[in-house]
Amino acid sequence: MSFMKSILSSAAAVAISASAAVADPAIIFDLGGKFDKSFNESAFTGAQRWADETGGSFREIELQNEAQREQALRRFAEAGSNPIVMAGFAFADALSKVAPDYPDTKFAVIDVNWLSMPNVRGIGFNEHEGSYLVGMLAAQASKTGTVGFVGGMDIPLIRRFGCGYAQGVKAVNPNATVIANMTGTTPAAWNDPVKGSELTKAQISQGADVVFAAAGGTGVGVLQTAADEGILSIGVDANQNWMHPGKVLTSMLKRVDNAVYDAFKQGDNLETGNFQMGIANGGVGYALDDNNASLITADMQAKVDASAASISSGSMSVHNYTDDETCPAVSF
Amino acid sequence: MDVMPKWADVVLVPIVSLVLAAFLSALLILAIGESPSEALKLMVEGTLMRSAGWGYMLYYTTNFIFTGLAVSVAFHAALFNIGGEGQAMIGGLGVALVCLFIPWPHWSLAIIGASFGAAIFGMIWAGLPAYLQAKRGSHIVITTIMFNFIAAGVLNFFLVGALKPKGSMDPATANFPTSTHLPTFEDMAQILGIEKMFRSAPANVSFFIALLACVAVWYLIWRTPLGYEIRALGKSGPAARYAGVGSVKIIMIAMMISGALCGMMAINTTQGESERLILNFTEGAGFIGIAVALMGRSHPLGVLLAALLFGFLYQGGAELALWTKIPREMIIVIQALVILFTGALTLMVRAPLERLFLAVWKG
Repeated sequence: MSFMKSILSSAAAVAISASAAVADPAIIFDLGGKFDKSFNESAFTGAQRWADETGGSFREIELQNEAQREQALRRFAEAGSNPIVMAGFAFADALSKVAPDYPDTKFAVIDVNWLSMPNVRGIGFNEHEGSYLVGMLAAQASKTGTVGFVGGMDIPLIRRFGCGYAQGVKAVNPNATVIANMTGTTPAAWNDPVKGSELTKAQISQGADVVFAAAGGTGVGVLQTAADEGILSIGVDANQNWMHPGKVLTSMLKRVDNAVYDAFKQGDNLETGNFQMGIANGGVGYALDDNNASLITADMQAKVDASAASISSGSMSVHNYTDDETCPAVSF
Repeated sequence: MDVMPKWADVVLVPIVSLVLAAFLSALLILAIGESPSEALKLMVEGTLMRSAGWGYMLYYTTNFIFTGLAVSVAFHAALFNIGGEGQAMIGGLGVALVCLFIPWPHWSLAIIGASFGAAIFGMIWAGLPAYLQAKRGSHIVITTIMFNFIAAGVLNFFLVGALKPKGSMDPATANFPTSTHLPTFEDMAQILGIEKMFRSAPANVSFFIALLACVAVWYLIWRTPLGYEIRALGKSGPAARYAGVGSVKIIMIAMMISGALCGMMAINTTQGESERLILNFTEGAGFIGIAVALMGRSHPLGVLLAALLFGFLYQGGAELALWTKIPREMIIVIQALVILFTGALTLMVRAPLERLFLAVWKG
């Protein structure tokens, strides 16, 4: 009898703790790990900001291998986490299998905007628009008329950054040269600062005096070398101006943190569907703060802000590389 | 009597090693402010008390059986095959080619084809260093580990080039056709009329192929002339040669069997789990295979038990990552401690244990 009682009471305890956990959101970081100073860390910042503001708590996991993608999704869903946010396009495959099994759980996935499921919020970013703006700044800051682009892994997403950047450069100075290099073809290219540094040196020797790094952790090496060699660099995703004050021209902001924060804030009432974050709704932009105020003149800012306004009003559009896998301004 | 009985050597030494590793891990977990007993409870509940936990554990176990057997076969010929990662990667390429380009009518035929594809590709990849060892004396440890890097390059080349569907961001092949998908434990339980068992866990029929491989390796090593020649060469090269064993032939054969077994790991991960070929699908199983073979004393039964232990550690590690704040690097440290004690430090445990045992035995 007492045995039965203890089983029942422990079952009741489990039920209580499960219902208490219902509102807790969860976030799943990709294999890069949450402290990559870039994409995943930006996602973590958003989650942490939500926790600090609301006093709530969230579950999180850094994946250790590929088989855990589906597992982590299912376990969090079964434990009542809602919503569940994923950082990265690599989750698309696992999510499309899992989401139909948990119709009451809401999922949000960043950099995926092609799934249409009733309980999935897909969040895509118009990286080409933000890159266009920093490209305009790069062309205005450049004295040699040659600027560089260092991409991480050579995937269409990164080419979208590079293509938008080149269009921005050419809009200011049609005769400018854009040197584009990719760090590699595997995920290791996201975290290879040494190679980033070498590519930057090579671009400097070809005359580049502003270099845009869209390469995750590899960008740390690009920014460092640019600062050492006395040229300007442009950061990506998060505001990286603080890393070398006065030597980072600006940063192309991709507000992954806002996307995570919004998803957490909406909680289990998360609005689903595919959302595109561009200049118009503050999803992308360029960073201006004390660290780079001396580098951006009022004239430069006025020009860029005018373009930003016409992009957000729809009167001007930036070509998106992934629409047709071609780029009018640069070849990769 | 000057040695301890065999049962003590086989049973006590691994258990004492495990206890030591567990004790150190507990101290580490305490040091970062989490409760070791809570962690152990999570690992056990998440792995052994849920059918899906078993499903994940046996999925990892399948990988480790293949690579553990592979390393064992090479060990018997006194060859240290640390190229399991590379052989598995190339094996995966074999699986992908077979599954993508041959229209299989049914999974039961596809798995046979994929097994051959994986085994032949793995065999070729192990055969090259074996030839260099047998004919040129290039040390197998150096060549096999270097072949891992070449294999990673080859896999990469195909996954970002010829085999990647156009427009895809992932370095991965297209999904395999549905007719090649292997039945998982969940599907098999449903056939037996049991619903909601092994829900969505990746363990699949290739686990049974791994078990068959255990039996086959046992038969090969202890019941065939070839196995005898492999063991003879491993115990003493000169004696074996004097007895007429061709060392070139045996080195080649032992390494190629080893490579074939490593390659077959890919049917579990590639055809069974991801159902497409991805980078990183080996996930270190080629190296874990060394620890599994050491702990299992190169015997198929020991390999099976050690593979189960490591499967438990992998799945338990996932549970820790899900429900605690223990960082994933710490989970790798805990797994490494088990490898260190059961693989590398067995001698450290065995000597004092033997002395203790003999003292008690006499007294």
